[in-house]
Amino acid sequence: MKRRTLAAAFPVTVPVLMGYLAIGMAFGLMLQSIGYGVLWALLMSVVIYAGSGQYLGVSLLAVGAPLHQVAFLTLMVNFRHLVYGLSMLEKFRGMGARKLYMIFSLTDETYALLSSARAPEGVDEHDFFFLVALLDHSYWIAGSVLGAVLGAALGFDTTGVDFAMTALFLVIAVGQWKSAGGHIPALIGGAATLVSLLIAGAEDMLLPALAMIVIALTLLRPRLEGNVKREEETPCP
Amino acid sequence: MPLTPIQTLASIAVMAAVTFLTRALPFLLFDRGDHPPKLVLYLGRVLPPAIIAMLIVYCLKGVAFTTLGGWVPPLIAGLTAVLLHLWKGNDLLSIFGATVLYMILVQGVFA
Repeated sequence: MKRRTLAAAFPVTVPVLMGYLAIGMAFGLMLQSIGYGVLWALLMSVVIYAGSGQYLGVSLLAVGAPLHQVAFLTLMVNFRHLVYGLSMLEKFRGMGARKLYMIFSLTDETYALLSSARAPEGVDEHDFFFLVALLDHSYWIAGSVLGAVLGAALGFDTTGVDFAMTALFLVIAVGQWKSAGGHIPALIGGAATLVSLLIAGAEDMLLPALAMIVIALTLLRPRLEGNVKREEETPCP
Repeated sequence: MPLTPIQTLASIAVMAAVTFLTRALPFLLFDRGDHPPKLVLYLGRVLPPAIIAMLIVYCLKGVAFTTLGGWVPPLIAGLTAVLLHLWKGNDLLSIFGATVLYMILVQGVFA
Protein backbone atom coordinates (compact mmCIF):
# COMPACT_ATOMS: atom_id res chain seq x y z
CA MET A 1 0.00 0.00 0.00
CA LYS A 2 1.54 3.29 -1.05
CA ARG A 3 2.26 5.99 1.45
CA ARG A 4 0.43 8.47 -0.72
CA THR A 5 -2.71 6.41 -0.50
CA LEU A 6 -2.49 6.45 3.28
CA ALA A 7 -1.91 10.19 3.27
CA ALA A 8 -5.08 10.56 1.19
CA ALA A 9 -7.24 8.08 3.07
CA PHE A 10 -6.40 8.84 6.70
CA PRO A 11 -7.75 12.46 6.85
CA VAL A 12 -11.00 11.30 5.26
CA THR A 13 -11.49 8.75 8.03
CA VAL A 14 -10.80 11.03 11.03
CA PRO A 15 -14.48 11.68 11.84
CA VAL A 16 -15.05 7.92 11.83
CA LEU A 17 -11.99 7.49 14.06
CA MET A 18 -13.57 9.69 16.72
CA GLY A 19 -16.96 8.10 16.28
CA TYR A 20 -15.84 4.49 16.27
CA LEU A 21 -13.55 4.89 19.25
CA ALA A 22 -16.51 6.24 21.22
CA ILE A 23 -19.27 3.86 20.08
CA GLY A 24 -16.80 0.98 20.03
CA MET A 25 -15.87 1.72 23.63
CA ALA A 26 -19.54 1.80 24.61
CA PHE A 27 -19.90 -1.62 22.99
CA GLY A 28 -16.87 -2.99 24.87
CA LEU A 29 -18.23 -1.61 28.15
CA MET A 30 -21.66 -3.12 27.54
CA LEU A 31 -20.20 -6.49 26.67
CA GLN A 32 -18.00 -6.40 29.76
CA SER A 33 -21.02 -5.52 31.89
CA ILE A 34 -22.78 -8.77 30.92
CA GLY A 35 -19.70 -10.83 31.74
CA TYR A 36 -17.83 -11.13 28.44
CA GLY A 37 -14.23 -9.93 28.49
CA VAL A 38 -11.87 -8.32 26.05
CA LEU A 39 -11.28 -11.38 23.84
CA TRP A 40 -15.00 -11.64 23.11
CA ALA A 41 -15.12 -7.95 22.24
CA LEU A 42 -12.16 -8.42 19.92
CA LEU A 43 -13.71 -11.48 18.26
CA MET A 44 -17.08 -9.81 17.70
CA SER A 45 -15.59 -6.62 16.31
CA VAL A 46 -13.32 -8.53 13.93
CA VAL A 47 -15.89 -10.97 12.53
CA ILE A 48 -19.24 -9.14 12.81
CA TYR A 49 -18.24 -5.48 12.49
CA ALA A 50 -21.58 -3.72 12.77
CA GLY A 51 -22.36 -0.91 15.21
CA SER A 52 -26.03 -1.38 15.90
CA GLY A 53 -25.73 -5.09 15.13
CA GLN A 54 -23.22 -5.59 17.92
CA TYR A 55 -25.22 -3.49 20.40
CA LEU A 56 -28.10 -5.78 19.61
CA GLY A 57 -25.72 -8.73 19.98
CA VAL A 58 -25.00 -7.70 23.56
CA SER A 59 -28.71 -7.72 24.38
CA LEU A 60 -29.13 -11.10 22.69
CA LEU A 61 -26.18 -12.67 24.52
CA ALA A 62 -27.39 -11.18 27.80
CA VAL A 63 -30.74 -12.99 27.57
CA GLY A 64 -29.33 -16.09 25.87
CA ALA A 65 -31.58 -15.71 22.85
CA PRO A 66 -32.13 -18.82 20.66
CA LEU A 67 -30.23 -18.85 17.36
CA HIS A 68 -33.26 -18.31 15.12
CA GLN A 69 -34.10 -15.17 17.07
CA VAL A 70 -30.47 -14.03 16.81
CA ALA A 71 -30.63 -14.51 13.04
CA PHE A 72 -33.94 -12.74 12.62
CA LEU A 73 -33.14 -9.72 14.75
CA THR A 74 -29.69 -9.31 13.20
CA LEU A 75 -31.33 -9.38 9.79
CA MET A 76 -33.81 -6.67 10.84
CA VAL A 77 -31.19 -4.38 12.30
CA ASN A 78 -28.94 -4.74 9.26
CA PHE A 79 -31.68 -4.52 6.70
CA ARG A 80 -30.64 -1.07 5.57
CA HIS A 81 -27.34 -2.52 4.37
CA LEU A 82 -29.20 -4.06 1.45
CA VAL A 83 -29.72 -0.56 0.16
CA TYR A 84 -26.08 0.39 0.63
CA GLY A 85 -24.95 -2.49 -1.54
CA LEU A 86 -27.21 -1.40 -4.37
CA SER A 87 -25.43 1.92 -4.63
CA MET A 88 -21.93 0.42 -4.36
CA LEU A 89 -22.29 -2.08 -7.22
CA GLU A 90 -20.45 0.18 -9.63
CA LYS A 91 -17.78 1.40 -7.23
CA PHE A 92 -16.57 -2.03 -6.17
CA ARG A 93 -16.53 -3.50 -9.66
CA GLY A 94 -13.08 -4.77 -10.66
CA MET A 95 -11.63 -4.82 -7.14
CA GLY A 96 -10.86 -8.53 -7.34
CA ALA A 97 -10.29 -10.34 -4.06
CA ARG A 98 -10.49 -7.11 -2.05
CA LYS A 99 -14.11 -6.77 -3.09
CA LEU A 100 -15.12 -9.43 -0.56
CA TYR A 101 -13.59 -7.35 2.21
CA MET A 102 -15.24 -4.18 0.86
CA ILE A 103 -18.63 -5.89 1.03
CA PHE A 104 -17.94 -7.31 4.50
CA SER A 105 -16.87 -3.91 5.84
CA LEU A 106 -19.71 -1.84 4.38
CA THR A 107 -20.95 -0.23 7.60
CA ASP A 108 -23.07 2.94 7.74
CA GLU A 109 -20.02 5.10 8.31
CA THR A 110 -17.83 3.50 5.65
CA TYR A 111 -20.74 3.68 3.24
CA ALA A 112 -21.09 7.39 3.99
CA LEU A 113 -17.38 8.01 3.38
CA LEU A 114 -17.24 5.94 0.21
CA SER A 115 -20.31 7.55 -1.29
CA SER A 116 -18.90 11.06 -0.87
CA ALA A 117 -15.07 10.84 -0.79
CA ARG A 118 -13.01 10.83 -3.97
CA ALA A 119 -9.45 9.59 -4.37
CA PRO A 120 -7.16 12.54 -5.16
CA GLU A 121 -5.20 12.77 -8.40
CA GLY A 122 -2.48 10.12 -8.72
CA VAL A 123 -3.95 7.78 -6.10
CA ASP A 124 -5.48 4.51 -7.25
CA GLU A 125 -9.17 4.66 -6.41
CA HIS A 126 -9.47 1.02 -5.42
CA ASP A 127 -6.45 1.25 -3.08
CA PHE A 128 -8.05 4.33 -1.57
CA PHE A 129 -11.44 2.66 -1.00
CA PHE A 130 -9.77 -0.41 0.49
CA LEU A 131 -7.66 1.62 2.89
CA VAL A 132 -10.63 3.74 4.03
CA ALA A 133 -12.53 0.53 4.80
CA LEU A 134 -9.56 -1.06 6.56
CA LEU A 135 -8.82 2.02 8.69
CA ASP A 136 -12.46 2.27 9.78
CA HIS A 137 -12.50 -1.39 10.77
CA SER A 138 -9.30 -0.98 12.81
CA TYR A 139 -10.78 2.02 14.69
CA TRP A 140 -13.83 -0.05 15.54
CA ILE A 141 -11.72 -2.94 16.85
CA ALA A 142 -9.52 -0.57 18.85
CA GLY A 143 -12.53 1.17 20.40
CA SER A 144 -14.27 -2.02 21.49
CA VAL A 145 -11.10 -3.54 22.95
CA LEU A 146 -10.40 -0.31 24.81
CA GLY A 147 -13.95 -0.27 26.17
CA ALA A 148 -13.73 -3.86 27.39
CA VAL A 149 -10.38 -3.20 29.09
CA LEU A 150 -11.64 0.00 30.71
CA GLY A 151 -14.82 -1.75 31.83
CA ALA A 152 -12.78 -4.47 33.51
CA ALA A 153 -10.45 -1.94 35.14
CA LEU A 154 -13.07 0.51 36.35
CA GLY A 155 -15.81 -1.95 37.17
CA PHE A 156 -18.41 0.78 37.45
CA ASP A 157 -22.13 0.22 37.43
CA THR A 158 -23.22 -0.07 33.81
CA THR A 159 -26.95 -0.44 34.50
CA GLY A 160 -28.82 1.39 31.78
CA VAL A 161 -25.96 1.47 29.26
CA ASP A 162 -28.15 -0.60 26.93
CA PHE A 163 -30.18 2.55 26.31
CA ALA A 164 -27.42 3.36 23.80
CA MET A 165 -29.20 1.12 21.32
CA THR A 166 -32.50 2.96 21.70
CA ALA A 167 -30.67 6.28 21.38
CA LEU A 168 -28.89 5.03 18.27
CA PHE A 169 -32.17 4.16 16.56
CA LEU A 170 -33.73 7.46 17.62
CA VAL A 171 -30.79 9.33 16.11
CA ILE A 172 -31.03 7.39 12.85
CA ALA A 173 -34.79 8.10 12.81
CA VAL A 174 -34.27 11.84 13.28
CA GLY A 175 -31.83 11.85 10.37
CA GLN A 176 -34.27 9.93 8.16
CA TRP A 177 -37.16 12.16 9.22
CA LYS A 178 -35.26 15.29 8.20
CA SER A 179 -34.34 13.90 4.81
CA ALA A 180 -37.20 13.74 2.37
CA GLY A 181 -39.65 10.89 1.96
CA GLY A 182 -39.35 9.20 5.33
CA HIS A 183 -42.37 10.42 7.25
CA ILE A 184 -45.10 8.07 6.08
CA PRO A 185 -42.93 4.91 6.07
CA ALA A 186 -41.68 5.76 9.58
CA LEU A 187 -45.22 6.33 10.87
CA ILE A 188 -46.39 3.07 9.28
CA GLY A 189 -43.44 1.26 10.86
CA GLY A 190 -44.18 2.61 14.33
CA ALA A 191 -47.93 2.03 14.13
CA ALA A 192 -47.63 -1.50 12.72
CA THR A 193 -45.18 -2.47 15.45
CA LEU A 194 -47.42 -1.09 18.20
CA VAL A 195 -50.35 -3.07 16.82
CA SER A 196 -48.16 -6.15 16.63
CA LEU A 197 -46.95 -5.66 20.20
CA LEU A 198 -50.55 -5.54 21.41
CA ILE A 199 -51.62 -8.58 19.39
CA ALA A 200 -48.58 -10.85 19.35
CA GLY A 201 -46.85 -9.73 22.56
CA ALA A 202 -43.29 -8.59 23.24
CA GLU A 203 -41.62 -11.90 22.35
CA ASP A 204 -43.06 -12.46 18.90
CA MET A 205 -43.83 -8.93 17.76
CA LEU A 206 -41.22 -8.42 15.04
CA LEU A 207 -42.21 -10.84 12.30
CA PRO A 208 -45.90 -9.81 12.18
CA ALA A 209 -44.82 -6.18 12.37
CA LEU A 210 -42.47 -6.61 9.43
CA ALA A 211 -45.14 -8.42 7.41
CA MET A 212 -47.64 -5.60 8.05
CA ILE A 213 -45.05 -2.99 7.11
CA VAL A 214 -44.12 -4.65 3.81
CA ILE A 215 -47.78 -5.15 2.87
CA ALA A 216 -48.75 -1.58 3.78
CA LEU A 217 -45.79 -0.07 1.92
CA THR A 218 -46.42 -2.21 -1.14
CA LEU A 219 -50.10 -1.18 -1.18
CA LEU A 220 -49.15 2.48 -0.79
CA ARG A 221 -46.54 2.32 -3.52
CA PRO A 222 -48.41 4.34 -6.17
CA ARG A 223 -48.80 7.18 -3.70
CA LEU A 224 -45.41 7.06 -1.99
CA GLU A 225 -43.43 6.54 -5.16
CA GLY A 226 -45.03 9.69 -6.54
CA ASN A 227 -43.82 11.60 -3.48
CA VAL A 228 -40.29 10.29 -3.68
CA LYS A 229 -40.00 11.17 -7.35
CA ARG A 230 -41.20 14.70 -6.81
CA GLU A 231 -38.76 15.19 -3.96
CA GLU A 232 -35.91 13.91 -6.05
CA GLU A 233 -36.64 16.47 -8.71
CA THR A 234 -36.33 19.42 -6.35
CA PRO A 235 -32.69 20.25 -5.70
CA CYS A 236 -31.50 19.62 -2.17
CA PRO A 237 -30.98 22.71 -0.01
CA MET B 1 -23.96 -15.10 31.08
CA PRO B 2 -26.73 -17.62 30.37
CA LEU B 3 -24.84 -19.17 27.41
CA THR B 4 -21.91 -21.58 27.37
CA PRO B 5 -18.81 -20.48 25.39
CA ILE B 6 -19.78 -22.82 22.55
CA GLN B 7 -23.30 -21.39 22.42
CA THR B 8 -21.84 -17.89 22.49
CA LEU B 9 -19.56 -18.75 19.58
CA ALA B 10 -22.56 -20.10 17.68
CA SER B 11 -24.52 -16.89 18.31
CA ILE B 12 -21.58 -14.75 17.17
CA ALA B 13 -21.18 -16.91 14.06
CA VAL B 14 -24.86 -16.42 13.21
CA MET B 15 -24.60 -12.65 13.74
CA ALA B 16 -21.50 -12.49 11.54
CA ALA B 17 -23.03 -14.64 8.79
CA VAL B 18 -26.33 -12.75 8.69
CA THR B 19 -24.59 -9.38 8.76
CA PHE B 20 -22.35 -10.38 5.86
CA LEU B 21 -25.33 -11.78 3.99
CA THR B 22 -27.27 -8.51 4.23
CA ARG B 23 -24.26 -6.67 2.84
CA ALA B 24 -23.54 -9.23 0.11
CA LEU B 25 -27.06 -9.87 -1.17
CA PRO B 26 -27.26 -6.91 -3.58
CA PHE B 27 -23.93 -7.96 -5.08
CA LEU B 28 -25.06 -11.58 -5.42
CA LEU B 29 -28.34 -10.62 -7.05
CA PHE B 30 -27.63 -7.58 -9.16
CA ASP B 31 -23.92 -7.45 -9.97
CA ARG B 32 -24.26 -8.76 -13.50
CA GLY B 33 -25.52 -5.48 -14.79
CA ASP B 34 -29.20 -6.41 -14.53
CA HIS B 35 -31.29 -3.65 -13.12
CA PRO B 36 -33.00 -4.53 -9.84
CA PRO B 37 -36.79 -4.76 -10.17
CA LYS B 38 -38.56 -1.46 -9.50
CA LEU B 39 -40.42 -2.89 -6.50
CA VAL B 40 -37.09 -3.83 -4.91
CA LEU B 41 -35.70 -0.35 -5.46
CA TYR B 42 -38.88 1.19 -4.06
CA LEU B 43 -38.83 -1.03 -0.95
CA GLY B 44 -35.12 -0.30 -0.58
CA ARG B 45 -36.03 3.37 -0.26
CA VAL B 46 -39.10 3.19 2.00
CA LEU B 47 -38.29 0.20 4.22
CA PRO B 48 -35.34 1.64 6.19
CA PRO B 49 -37.32 4.41 7.96
CA ALA B 50 -40.18 1.96 8.67
CA ILE B 51 -37.78 -0.62 10.10
CA ILE B 52 -35.98 1.90 12.27
CA ALA B 53 -39.36 2.99 13.67
CA MET B 54 -40.16 -0.68 14.28
CA LEU B 55 -36.89 -1.14 16.17
CA ILE B 56 -37.52 1.92 18.33
CA VAL B 57 -40.86 0.47 19.41
CA TYR B 58 -39.13 -2.87 19.94
CA CYS B 59 -36.46 -1.26 22.15
CA LEU B 60 -39.15 0.44 24.22
CA LYS B 61 -41.33 -2.67 24.60
CA GLY B 62 -40.25 -3.09 28.22
CA VAL B 63 -41.53 0.34 29.25
CA ALA B 64 -43.94 -0.12 32.16
CA PHE B 65 -46.52 2.45 33.21
CA THR B 66 -47.11 0.96 36.64
CA THR B 67 -44.21 2.81 38.29
CA LEU B 68 -42.67 6.20 37.54
CA GLY B 69 -39.27 4.54 37.16
CA GLY B 70 -40.71 2.35 34.40
CA TRP B 71 -41.49 5.11 31.94
CA VAL B 72 -40.01 8.46 33.02
CA PRO B 73 -36.31 7.62 32.37
CA PRO B 74 -36.85 6.30 28.82
CA LEU B 75 -39.14 9.23 28.05
CA ILE B 76 -36.70 11.88 29.29
CA ALA B 77 -33.64 10.18 27.79
CA GLY B 78 -35.43 9.52 24.49
CA LEU B 79 -36.53 13.15 24.20
CA THR B 80 -32.98 14.20 25.05
CA ALA B 81 -31.59 12.08 22.22
CA VAL B 82 -34.04 13.60 19.73
CA LEU B 83 -33.62 17.21 20.88
CA LEU B 84 -29.82 16.98 21.11
CA HIS B 85 -29.80 15.58 17.61
CA LEU B 86 -32.07 18.26 16.22
CA TRP B 87 -29.93 20.89 17.92
CA LYS B 88 -26.34 19.75 17.25
CA GLY B 89 -26.80 16.99 14.67
CA ASN B 90 -23.87 15.04 16.13
CA ASP B 91 -24.62 11.29 16.35
CA LEU B 92 -22.24 10.56 19.15
CA LEU B 93 -23.15 13.52 21.31
CA SER B 94 -26.83 12.57 21.02
CA ILE B 95 -26.28 8.89 21.78
CA PHE B 96 -23.82 9.50 24.57
CA GLY B 97 -25.70 12.35 26.19
CA ALA B 98 -28.94 10.41 26.23
CA THR B 99 -27.35 7.19 27.47
CA VAL B 100 -25.43 8.87 30.29
CA LEU B 101 -28.59 10.71 31.35
CA TYR B 102 -30.53 7.45 31.27
CA MET B 103 -27.91 5.73 33.41
CA ILE B 104 -28.02 8.56 35.95
CA LEU B 105 -31.82 8.39 36.01
CA VAL B 106 -32.10 4.62 36.48
CA GLN B 107 -29.17 4.31 38.88
CA GLY B 108 -29.61 7.47 40.93
CA VAL B 109 -32.96 9.17 40.63
CA PHE B 110 -35.38 6.27 40.10
CA ALA B 111 -33.32 3.49 41.65
